[in-house]
Amino acid sequence: MSELKLMKGNEALAEAAIRAGADAYFGYPITPQSEVIEYLMTEQPEKRTGMVVLQAESEIAAINMVYGAASTGKKVMTSSSSPGISLKLEGISYLAGAELPAVIVNVVRGGPGLGTIQPSQADYFQSVKGGGHGDYKLYVLAPASVQEMSDFVEDAFDIAFKYRAPVLILSDGLIGQMMEKVQLKDQKTRLTNEELIEKYGNWAVTGRKNRERNIITSLDLQSEKMEARVHRLMKKYEQMEKEDLRYEKILCDDADYLIVAYGSSARISQKAIELARKKGIKAGLLRPITLFPYPKQPLFELADQVKGILSVELNAGQMIEDVKLSVEHKVPVEHFGRTGGIIHTPEEVLEALEQKIINNERTRHHKTRESSIL
Amino acid sequence: MNVLDIIKPENQVFCKTKLMTDTALSYCPGCGHGTAHNLAMEVIDEMGISEDTIGVAPVGCSVLAYDFMNIDITQAAHGRAPAVATAIARTWPEKYVFTYQGDGDLAAIGTAETIHACNRGENIVIIFVNNGIYGMTGGQMAPTTLEGMVSSTSPYGREIKSMGSPLKMTELVANLPGVYYVTRQSVHTHKHARKAKKAIQKAFENTRLKKGLSFVEIVSNCNSGWKMTPNDANIWMEEHMFPYFPLGDIKVDGKLK
Ligand SMILES: Cc1ncc(C[n+]2csc(CCOP(=O)(O)OP(=O)(O)O)c2C)c(N)n1
Repeated sequence: MSELKLMKGNEALAEAAIRAGADAYFGYPITPQSEVIEYLMTEQPEKRTGMVVLQAESEIAAINMVYGAASTGKKVMTSSSSPGISLKLEGISYLAGAELPAVIVNVVRGGPGLGTIQPSQADYFQSVKGGGHGDYKLYVLAPASVQEMSDFVEDAFDIAFKYRAPVLILSDGLIGQMMEKVQLKDQKTRLTNEELIEKYGNWAVTGRKNRERNIITSLDLQSEKMEARVHRLMKKYEQMEKEDLRYEKILCDDADYLIVAYGSSARISQKAIELARKKGIKAGLLRPITLFPYPKQPLFELADQVKGILSVELNAGQMIEDVKLSVEHKVPVEHFGRTGGIIHTPEEVLEALEQKIINNERTRHHKTRESSIL
Repeated sequence: MNVLDIIKPENQVFCKTKLMTDTALSYCPGCGHGTAHNLAMEVIDEMGISEDTIGVAPVGCSVLAYDFMNIDITQAAHGRAPAVATAIARTWPEKYVFTYQGDGDLAAIGTAETIHACNRGENIVIIFVNNGIYGMTGGQMAPTTLEGMVSSTSPYGREIKSMGSPLKMTELVANLPGVYYVTRQSVHTHKHARKAKKAIQKAFENTRLKKGLSFVEIVSNCNSGWKMTPNDANIWMEEHMFPYFPLGDIKVDGKLK
């Protein structure tokens, strides 16, 4: 029974975890994502599906509980917000190193330090550039609506098990806290232990029955073996780039100017390009849905068409680095974003597009150079 | 009688522990870790639960326990084994789940995870090998390092005023209602090893009966970290470690002794 409901982003995500057939959730309260564990504790999924929910003593304990359940092939999730994710990073690095499937959710708030409980996108670097120690990446999904908070949970689990790798849902306080209508998916049944052993018994620690022992570890004291492990991880990331890149192009076909934005900034920027079009400015939006893999090629191609790109982010300028890397200096790229928990308005974004891109010396120079070719 | 008349299969009284692999132990000669591994594997074998047991290895000298124990094992981040074991026990309640941890792992970096897994009364076994030092990283001071004891980070001896007293984690967790069985053993003589084995067996029996958390401390040696011969290390352990960490049961069947 697929249902239409009015829900908070955090609640929709929690409900989606139950419906995706998750086996366990471990978390620790922190604003603005505490509704996830509050919802789960209230819903009592143990009674609905047998899903285990436990409030851990810290984010460190929670991520290591995730490591434990994931070691046994269980479908397991945790969620937190920025300071809590910083604490989880050692565990996330271990999950990547030990090649374990897990879903981690970050409902981002402003930082650094205790920062603010208001929305932010200042954890971009932490999410896509490693964050924890060592050579690893996370597959990162960035929801831009309550609907996607719900839909991405199952998608995240699918990717996590496809690659045996941790997946991050990078949300923010705005998407987590706002209410929208959401179409919930039907309930999936959880795997029985027998089914799980059938599927994942070749690697998971479920008890050494009718097979050699399984070992879950991220340690390789022999350098050659460790290098082989790193290469194996890099292969997964290459495959993710080939097979599981996700992005959305809005009004890009005839665009002269491009905004690149994800998550809540994409929602705001979508309104901004509509306002721009009303003024006769042909603006388009490229929304990365996965932040790793990043839509490098689509951006590279759009850079031949547009005169300038504005990277709109709720931070002091992080994703702009990936935009610049993608377009390889073909067009001017500027950043616009508020920090401290302030959310930019569509009007502010449009104003920034006009000031930083349309009226930018380099953009104009670029334009003339192009027209001289014509 | 000729010795060859005695060395016959039917006369065998002791053999290699079945659940230990043939991989050579990475431990220093005389180290208690090997014996502690053996005892745990003997118990699991004799109880017939090897196919239903999931071990959690720590970071420390015993990080490679999975190379030596022929059972399914996951290797946890430093100090986090009780959290890892919690999740396994919660999602596989019919399994036998145990952690095997050193004193730095369990009583320093992992203090919170230890206390809270104990306090929740997770249905797991914790085997805690206390050698009073950080063996793996080369002999630094541990939370359990004795007063005046020299280590590479207490080169003039542990000074209580600035470094605190050696932590009796075992007594601490014994006071938590969720903890069902707490005992302190050693494995440096046959007699002690046999007692320790009984304790480990009782701990796994408690898991079978779903009694909650069983905590078995094994006071052990670290001859390389203590800079002593194996024999001197055992004598020093008896003379100095045992008075501060007295052997025996602390809590049995949920009741403090
Ligand atoms: C987060 C983290 N901090 C520090 C270390 C380094 N480290 C590895 S083992 C260890 C101490 C282990 O001592 P103990 O738990 O007493 O076990 P033993 O080696 O003596 O058996 C330390 C500090 C690490 N691996 N990870």
